[in-house]
Amino acid sequence: MAVPSVASDTPAAAGAPAALGTSGARDERVAARRREWPLALLFLAPSAVVFGVFVFYPLYRTIQLAMYRSGPFGRLGEFVGVSNISDVLGSAEFRHSLGVTLRFTAITVPLGLVLGLALAVLAHERLRGISIFRTLFASTVATSVAVASIMWLLLLNPSVGLVNAFLEWAGQDRIDFLNEPGWALWTVSFTTVWLHLVFTFIVFSAGLQSVPDELLESARMDGAGGWRRFRHVTLPMLSPTLLFVFVVLSINAFQSFGQIDLLTQGGPNDRTRVLVYAIFQEVRRGDPSTAAAQAVALFGILFVLTILQLRVLERRVFYG
Amino acid sequence: MAGVRFDHVTKRFSDVVAVDDLDLEVEDREFLVLLGPSGCGKSTALRMIAGLEEPSEGAIRIGDRRVDGVDPKDRDLSMVFQSYALYPHKSVRQNIEFPLRSRKVPADERERLVSDVAAQLGLTGLLARKPRQLSGGQRQRVALARAIVRRPAVFLMDEPLSNLDAKMRTSTRAELVELHARLGTTFIYVTHDQVEAMTMADRVAVMNDGALQQIGPPQAVYDRPENVFVAQFIGSPPMNVIAGTVVDEDGVRSVQAAGGSLRLSPEVASQLGQRGPGEVLVGVRPEHLVVAGSGIPAKLRVVESLGHERHLLCELQDAREVIVRTGSGRQAPGEGTTVFLDAPPESLHLFDPDSGRRLH
Repeated sequence: MAVPSVASDTPAAAGAPAALGTSGARDERVAARRREWPLALLFLAPSAVVFGVFVFYPLYRTIQLAMYRSGPFGRLGEFVGVSNISDVLGSAEFRHSLGVTLRFTAITVPLGLVLGLALAVLAHERLRGISIFRTLFASTVATSVAVASIMWLLLLNPSVGLVNAFLEWAGQDRIDFLNEPGWALWTVSFTTVWLHLVFTFIVFSAGLQSVPDELLESARMDGAGGWRRFRHVTLPMLSPTLLFVFVVLSINAFQSFGQIDLLTQGGPNDRTRVLVYAIFQEVRRGDPSTAAAQAVALFGILFVLTILQLRVLERRVFYG
Repeated sequence: MAGVRFDHVTKRFSDVVAVDDLDLEVEDREFLVLLGPSGCGKSTALRMIAGLEEPSEGAIRIGDRRVDGVDPKDRDLSMVFQSYALYPHKSVRQNIEFPLRSRKVPADERERLVSDVAAQLGLTGLLARKPRQLSGGQRQRVALARAIVRRPAVFLMDEPLSNLDAKMRTSTRAELVELHARLGTTFIYVTHDQVEAMTMADRVAVMNDGALQQIGPPQAVYDRPENVFVAQFIGSPPMNVIAGTVVDEDGVRSVQAAGGSLRLSPEVASQLGQRGPGEVLVGVRPEHLVVAGSGIPAKLRVVESLGHERHLLCELQDAREVIVRTGSGRQAPGEGTTVFLDAPPESLHLFDPDSGRRLH
């Protein structure tokens, strides 16, 4: 039947039924989508395998572990449902760790955002030799948590560290930054901010590059000074980047482990025992079920927090 | 209200000379169009008036005031950018009042000024919208509104029509001319489109390679181009320019070119004076060339019919192409035939083949 097929190929004929939403057109669309399924799965397969092996399967095993009693090597014992998790949520230890983590997040995220943005804005100025500075600064992105932690450990050492040598030179008392209860969390937070600063710097620098020059020039001609241009043009244009960095830094803060392990091991007096470090301690203590329950609780908290951040803040974000 | 003056202004970007010794005076309340191909320095010249670039040499004056080193916001001018540069996250109202807020205009006066300008430009119903909810033409109006709301002494425009479709462009041209008459402000307008220059300008300043080529009323520039560049840049289709030799035959001067000859008018002949016979470039506008019984032989290659007129693309013996513009009434000769092209003596423009300058 050549004639009908030609007719249905014309835009008017093809468009009209779709616009009216007749069931025939809908069926056809559903059928087309069904035909594309195998192809879609094929394209998704590589990432599905990677995610499956390294994310979803461990997640499944963690949730499973959290619902059983277990031996020190993770052999599943008696099924206890959510009681592990409710025990964890009710325990003073968990609440303490959650409190530490929240304080740690409350210090590192705003500080990281502001410093990263400030550095990126400074490096965005058209000054002689600025690209050398930019490159030098961004090159430290290759510094690992371990290297950075060791470096800070040396710098902050109470007897031989450079920071204390400086304090002494300035006529101040030496401070044992990592062992004094009042200082430890702040110190770990500062090193964490330092560690993530390159990432925020690079992301904000990229964001600044995408703010059109003409907008800033127009604002200049409209009589806006430097601060007003930043507040009314740069910042709104950067809002998607700000949201992204905010969410990533928050997740990073909740997942911090390496620098805690190397700098303070959660001490002094558990003052820096953030959630992930507490989970690690449970495993070492030979209680993988409790560790898994804590991990599931952490996962739940992060999941809810991230959704809240996106929901609440996305309303204030402008996508160009 | 103020005029603008360039005093021997040069602008270099490292090794590149963008504007070369520009000497130009824009009169108060004038509509001046800076016209030239891309890269000719016209936008740089405009940006120097705006204060977005500083001259490497020379001085710029707005009114009586020398403005080099003066911040853009203190120059009493505003600018419409090619991309409109509307703040995408602000509503139309917030966009228009942004320059007023920057200058701390009181709220009630701000309200009045925004309503006035919105009414003038037909934006009253759109004040709550965001730029992305507007059409190209509406965005362009918002950019205009934002520029005129604080009544600057000089109004700069950088290719403001280039993002509009052809129909919108035609109607906006007329509106800009009306706006200029109504505001009584100096307009400096940059474009590469010679139609915009011809239709809107009080005077047009043609630029090329960073240098001013010619300045004058559009018709005068069209009728008497000072050099080959201006001759070919203004007019569409462009002026035909062919190489020829001035000869004297029986006391009558004519130009021999491409296997034929064109007679020169006595005025032109006398203005050439003692120059005598020699090489020249002859320019003829397409509407002045006619298919005749004698003249320069050419092969008619293509006939383009535009409805109200026809363009005949002809190839001369030296393989150069010329275009003849004729009315659509007469029957065009067949494609592929050989025709003779002639032009009235007073319509010929003669240029120096080396410098490209006009000879008469």
